[in-house]
Amino acid sequence: MSVDWGLFNYWIVVILMMAGFYVVIAQGNLVKKIVGLNIFQVSVFVFYISMGKVEGGSAPILSDAVTLYSNPLPHVLILTAIVVGVATTALGLALVVRIRDAYGSVEEDEIDRYEQEQED
Amino acid sequence: MTSPHLPVLMVVLPLMSAPFCAVMRRGLPAWSLALVVTWTSFALALAVLTQVLDHGTIIYSIGDWAAPWGIEYRIDRIGAFMAVIVSGIGALSLAYSRRSIAHEIGVRRRPLFYTMFLLSLAGLLGISVTGDAFNLFVFLEISSLSSYVLISLASDRRALTAAYRYLIMGTIGATFYIIGVGLMYMMTGTLNLADLAARVPEVAGTRTILVALGFLTVGISLKLALFPLHTWLPNAYAFAPSVVTVFLASTATKVAIYVLLRILFTVFGKADVIHAQEIGDVLMVLALLAMFVASLVAIFQDNVKRLLAFSSLAQVGYMILGVSMATATGISAGIIHLFNHAIMKGALFMAVGCVFMRTGSVRVEAFAGLGRAMPVTMAAFVVGGLSLIGVPATVGFISKWTLIQAALETGAWPLAVLILLSSLLAIVYVWKVVEVAYFQPLPSYRGDVREAPLSMVLPMWFLAGCSIYFGIDAATTLGIARDAAAALLGNGP
Amino acid sequence: MSPETAMLLAMALPLVGAAGIQLAGPWPNLREAVTLLTATATFLLVVQVLPSVAAGARPEATLFQMLPGLSIAFRVEPLGMIFALIASFLWIVTSVYSIGYMRGHHEENQTRFYTFFAVAIASALGIAFAGNMLTLFLFYEVLTVSTFPLVTHHGTEEARRSGRTYLGILLGTSICFQLFAIIWTWTLTGTLDFTDGGILEGRASALVIGVLFALYVYGIGKAALMPFHRWLPAAMVAPTPVSALLHAVAVVKAGVFTVLKVTVYVFGIDLLRTVGGSEWLQYMAAATIVIASLVAMGKDNLKARLAYSTISQLSYIVLGATLVTSWSVVGAGMHIAMHAFGKITLFFCAGAILVASHKTEISDMRGLGRAMPFTMAAFLIGSLSLIGLPPMGGLWSKWYLALGALEADKMFFVGVLMLSSLLNVAYLLPIPLRGFFAAPPEPEPAADGQDEGDHGHAPAPADGIREAPLACLIAIAITVTGSVVLFFYPDPLFDLMRQVVSPH
Repeated sequence: MSVDWGLFNYWIVVILMMAGFYVVIAQGNLVKKIVGLNIFQVSVFVFYISMGKVEGGSAPILSDAVTLYSNPLPHVLILTAIVVGVATTALGLALVVRIRDAYGSVEEDEIDRYEQEQED
Repeated sequence: MTSPHLPVLMVVLPLMSAPFCAVMRRGLPAWSLALVVTWTSFALALAVLTQVLDHGTIIYSIGDWAAPWGIEYRIDRIGAFMAVIVSGIGALSLAYSRRSIAHEIGVRRRPLFYTMFLLSLAGLLGISVTGDAFNLFVFLEISSLSSYVLISLASDRRALTAAYRYLIMGTIGATFYIIGVGLMYMMTGTLNLADLAARVPEVAGTRTILVALGFLTVGISLKLALFPLHTWLPNAYAFAPSVVTVFLASTATKVAIYVLLRILFTVFGKADVIHAQEIGDVLMVLALLAMFVASLVAIFQDNVKRLLAFSSLAQVGYMILGVSMATATGISAGIIHLFNHAIMKGALFMAVGCVFMRTGSVRVEAFAGLGRAMPVTMAAFVVGGLSLIGVPATVGFISKWTLIQAALETGAWPLAVLILLSSLLAIVYVWKVVEVAYFQPLPSYRGDVREAPLSMVLPMWFLAGCSIYFGIDAATTLGIARDAAAALLGNGP
Repeated sequence: MSPETAMLLAMALPLVGAAGIQLAGPWPNLREAVTLLTATATFLLVVQVLPSVAAGARPEATLFQMLPGLSIAFRVEPLGMIFALIASFLWIVTSVYSIGYMRGHHEENQTRFYTFFAVAIASALGIAFAGNMLTLFLFYEVLTVSTFPLVTHHGTEEARRSGRTYLGILLGTSICFQLFAIIWTWTLTGTLDFTDGGILEGRASALVIGVLFALYVYGIGKAALMPFHRWLPAAMVAPTPVSALLHAVAVVKAGVFTVLKVTVYVFGIDLLRTVGGSEWLQYMAAATIVIASLVAMGKDNLKARLAYSTISQLSYIVLGATLVTSWSVVGAGMHIAMHAFGKITLFFCAGAILVASHKTEISDMRGLGRAMPFTMAAFLIGSLSLIGLPPMGGLWSKWYLALGALEADKMFFVGVLMLSSLLNVAYLLPIPLRGFFAAPPEPEPAADGQDEGDHGHAPAPADGIREAPLACLIAIAITVTGSVVLFFYPDPLFDLMRQVVSPH
C-alpha cells in the first residue's frame, strides 16, 4: 500500500478533529469538554498552517536568497483564530469555575439532575 | 451625513467604546455612554441604508488596503437592512435595559454588561457589513463570546450552564464555518466574498468545494438554531437576563440567517448549489420540522420565556423555508420575516421582562391577573402574540402572506397548507398565556403589582407600534426585501 | 360633505368614540352619552353616503399600500351600503338597549364592553366598505379579535371555554381556508379588487374555481355553515347586547355579507353558474338550514334555540349566494336586513326576559306574557318575521329566495325553504303562545323588584306586570317597527340589490 505522505498533515488534521469532536460530545466532565474543544480547534490551526505551506518554501521575508516562500496569509489568519480560541477557552473555563461554585460539581449528569430538581 | 467612513464608524464606535464601559465603576455612566454609542450607530446605520438605497452598494476598504489583500466592507441592500435591524433593536433594548438591569444584575457587574452589550453589537454589525469571509468569522466570534458572557450574567445559576452549552455549540459552529472557509481558500485563493462568488463556479463540482459547503451550512445552521441543531437556544433564551433575551432573540439568529443567505446566494449563487446539491430540499424539510415540532413543544412550556424561545425556533423555520424555495418571493419572504420577527419577538420579550420585573417570575402562572394589573404591558404582549399568529394588520401577516404567495407561485400548495396549519399552533401557545393574564385573578400573595416603569414601557410599545405600523404599511419594508432578494439572486439593482 | 369623506369618517368615528368611551369610563352617564352620540353620528354619516350610491356612484378611497400592489382601499357598492346601514342603525338601537340591560343586570366592566363594541362596529363598517379582499380580510379579523373580549365578558370558566371555541373556529377557518383562498386568488389574477362580474373569469380552471369557492365559503366561518357553526352557540354565554351584536348587527352578518360579496365580485354570478362549482354547497347550505332548525327545536335554553335558529337562517343567505341566480342573490341580500331586524328583536326580548324575570329556559316561560306582555308581543312579531309571514319584512327575502330557486330550476330548494318555514313555526311560535295562553307555573316570590327601581322604570305594579327597563323596551319597539316597515317599504333595499345583480 502506498502512502501519500503529502497528505500526512491532513490525516493528522482529520484524526485530531474527530478525536476532539468525540471528546466534546462524549465527555460528561465540563473541563474535559473544553479540552476536547481545544483539540478540535487545534486541528483547524494545523489545517490552515499546512494549507499555506509550500514544499521547500521559506518564510516570506524580503531577501535576495529567498525565491520560493510559503503563503503567509493562512498563517496570519490562524494567529487570529488562535487568539479567538484562547479567548473561548478562557471564557469556557471561567464559566466552569462559576458552575462549580453554583452547583458544586463539574459533571454534566449531576448538574442536569440538580437542574431538574430546581423548579422555577 | 455623507462621510465615506460611515460604514466603518458604525462598527468601530461600539467596539472602541466597550473598553471605556469596562473601566467605569458604576452602571449609570456606563449606560449613558453605551446609550449614546448605540443610538449613534443606529443613526449611522439608517444613513448608510438611505445611501445604499439611493446610490447602490457601498464598498469601503479598511485602511485603504485594496480588496483581495485588505479587508473590504461591502454594503448592499440586505447588509444595510440588517445593520438597521441590529442597531435599531440594540438602541431600543439599551434604552429598556437600565431599569431591567438594575433589577436583575448586581451593581458591580453592570458596567460589564454594557461592555459586553457593545461588543456584541459591534460583532453583529460587523457581520452585516463585512465583505470578507474570515473577517466575518472574527466578528461572529466577537458577538458570540460576548453573548455567552451576557447570558451568564443572569442571577439564575441555570444561566451558567445555558451559557456553557451555548459556548460549546457556538464554538463548534464557528469552527465548522472556519473549516469551510479554509477549504474554499484552498480552492480559490481568496477570502473576499465577491471574489469567491466569481471564482466558485469554475471549481463548483469538486469534492473540496462540496465539503466546504457542507461545513459552512452546518456551522451556520448551528448558529441560527435550525432544527435539530437548536438545543442550545431554549435554555439560553430562558435564563438570560430579560434584556439580553430581547437583544439576542431579535438579532443573533437573524444575523446568522443573513450569513447563510450570503453563503448560499452571494458566494454559491452562480453555482446554484441550492438546486444542484439538494441543499434546498434538506433545508426545507428541516424548516418544516422546526415549524411543527418547535411549535408543539412551545405549547407545553410553562416558562413563558422558554415558550417564546421555542416559538422563535419555529419562526426560524419559516425564514429558512422561504430561503429554501430559492425564488425571489421566497427569499424576500425570509428576509421580511427576519425583520418582522425581530420586531414582534423584541416586543414580546420586552413584555416578559416587564412581567419578570414586577412579579419575579416568568412562569405562566405569574401572568395571572396581569391583564388588569399591568394593562399596558399585557396589551403589548397581545399585539406581539397576534403578530406571531399572523393576524392581519400585524407584521406577522405580511410575512405569512409573502411566504404563502411564494409557495403558491412555485405550485407547492401543500407547503402553503402546512404553513397555515402551523400558524394555528401559534394561536394555542399565545392564547395559553393571554387567557391566564386576562381570565385569572391576581393571586392575593402577589400584593400590589404595578405597571412597569416608563423607560421599559416606551421601547416595548415602540416595537409593538412598529409591528402594527409595518403590518399595515409594508410597501417600504417589503420593497427593500424584494430588492435584496433580487440582488442575492443576481438579477437586482 | 362628499360621500368619500362621509365614508371614511363613518369608519373613523367609532374608533374616536371608543377612545372617548375609554376616557369617559369613570362617569357612566357621560360614557353612555358618548356611545349614543357616536352611534347616531356614525349612522348619519353612513346615510350621507346612501344617495350617491343609490344613484349609481361608487365612492372610493385608497389609504395606503399594505403590500406592493395591494392597498387598503374602500369602495362603496350597494351591498356594502345595505350592510353599513344595518350595522350603524342597529348600533344605535343596541346602545339604547345596552344601557338598560347592562345597568339592569349590574354587569361589570361596562366601559370595556362599550369600547370594544365601538371597535367592532368600526370593523364592521370597514368590511362593508372594503374595496378589495385584502381590506375586507383585515377588518374581518379585527372584528373577530375585537369581539373576543365581548364574548368572554363575564370572565368565567365557561366564558373562557366559549371564547376558545369562538376564537379557535373563527381564526382557524379564516387563516386556514380564507387566507389561503385569498392568496391563491392573488397569485392567479394579480388583483383582489372587487369588480363587477368578478376577477376570476378566464384565470382558472373549473376545478380550481370550485375548490376556491369552497375554501372561501368555509373560510368565512362567520357565516356559520355547518360544520363550522359551533362558535355561535358557544358565544351565547355573552351578555345579550353582545348576542345582538353577534347575531344581528355585525358578526354573522359580516360573514354572510362576505360570502355574497365574494360570490358577486370575486367570482361573478355568471362565471359561477356556468362553471357550476357551487352546486354541492347548495346542498350543504340546505342541510344546515334543516339540521340547525331541528337542533333548535330540541333546545330549552332560549338563547341557544335562537343561536341555532340563526345558523339556519344564515344558510338561507349562503343558499341564495350558492344558487347564483339574480333573484336568489337579491333575496340573500335582503335577508341580511330582514333577519337582522327579526333576530335582534328576539334577542332583545330574550335579554329583557332575563333582566326582568331572570329566566333563561323556555319551559319556565309559560304564562310570562302576563308579566311581560309587551316583550312577548314583540317576540311574537319577531318570530313571524323570521318565519316569513306578512306583514313582516321576512316575507320578501324568502319570496325572492324561492324565486331564485325556481329560476335555477331547483324545486328541491323551494321545498327546503317551505320545510324550514314550518320548522320555524314549530320552534319559535310556541314561546310567545305559551307565554300568553298557558298558566304560569308558580308565582315567584318578589325578590328582585327593589333593586331595579332606581334605574328609571317603575317597580312592579300590583297587577303583576313586570317589564324590563324602559331603555330595553324602547330598543325593542324600534326594531319591531323596523320589521314591519321593511314589509311595507322594501323598495329601497330591493333597488339597491337590483344594482348588485345587474349593474347599470
